[in-house]
Amino acid sequence: MKVSPELDRRFRDAAADAGLLDVAYDMVDTPIGELFVATTEAGLCRISYDPEPERVVENLARTVGTRVLRSARPVDETRRQLAEYFEKQRTEFELDVDLRLAAEFSRRVLDELARVPYGELTTYGELAKRAEHPRAARAVGTVMNRNPIPIVLPCHRVVGASGSLVGYGGGLERKEVLLRLEGAIL
Amino acid sequence: MMEAVATIPPFERFYAEHRDAIFGFLARRLGRPAAEDAFQETFLRALRAYDRLEHGRHLRAWIFTIAARVATDVHRKPSVKLSLGEEEAASEDSRPAYLELEHLADELPPAERAAVVLRYGYDLPYSEIGAALGSSADAARQAASSGIRRLRRKEGLA
Repeated sequence: MKVSPELDRRFRDAAADAGLLDVAYDMVDTPIGELFVATTEAGLCRISYDPEPERVVENLARTVGTRVLRSARPVDETRRQLAEYFEKQRTEFELDVDLRLAAEFSRRVLDELARVPYGELTTYGELAKRAEHPRAARAVGTVMNRNPIPIVLPCHRVVGASGSLVGYGGGLERKEVLLRLEGAIL
Repeated sequence: MMEAVATIPPFERFYAEHRDAIFGFLARRLGRPAAEDAFQETFLRALRAYDRLEHGRHLRAWIFTIAARVATDVHRKPSVKLSLGEEEAASEDSRPAYLELEHLADELPPAERAAVVLRYGYDLPYSEIGAALGSSADAARQAASSGIRRLRRKEGLA
């Protein structure tokens, strides 16, 4: 017997309200496609462009905890701020982030990344310098590539020393769209 | 080749796989309106225990045992809205029996344990136990009777 959508939603809300989830996630519609957005009690922990969310779910269950459930409400605040960002009504995200998935060095780099302002560009080498590892430009590239929370942690603002866009986890086209939206490139 | 230890699936996958069967089971036992509350309670109880699971085997039997327990609790509590049919007969004196059984059956293999508890503790027909265990009514009957035999042997030796 099929569970009605209302009953299904009621359970998902109750599970989140009771604080029983390791991770709550939902899909969020944006102009650059559907995003997978996940949050813990501590804050936003994952945004993914992966077209197969099951893979991300399995991964979170292995790394954070098995109690991973799709639940809209815990993700609503992120959804709202993303919508404002894409409507150019927001230049900074006011969200707690949970970087437990990142290693120590990555965390330092991601902390620096979070300080790169809206509409501005920086380079891999510059970011390495700010993270006090001036020769680690390549390692910074790897950290960007594995950024658990793209858009909110703006790895799209990091480009090559020559000004080329280099790469992006969600594909170069998305990087371009984001930088155009912010007015960082024409 | 040895079968790999069954990993515990993300709760989402576990829930999506069993929600319809559990709701059907509860609706047959309690009627639809009461089944809705019992459904939520069943999966909340599962969620509370989920991070203490040691492996991902027999999850279907596990969630059905929880649902059966919730259904019995609903019958016992007059405060919970009920649409009782002829099942009103689930009387109070059935309670010690199944509590005792769950305890006794603790050491049985999971499928036998679930079959014994669902049959003799909750009085479910073999067709429903089969559905709960993902097997046939015959297989459920066999699991229950071999579980009972095993229990008798254990008692005999004690």
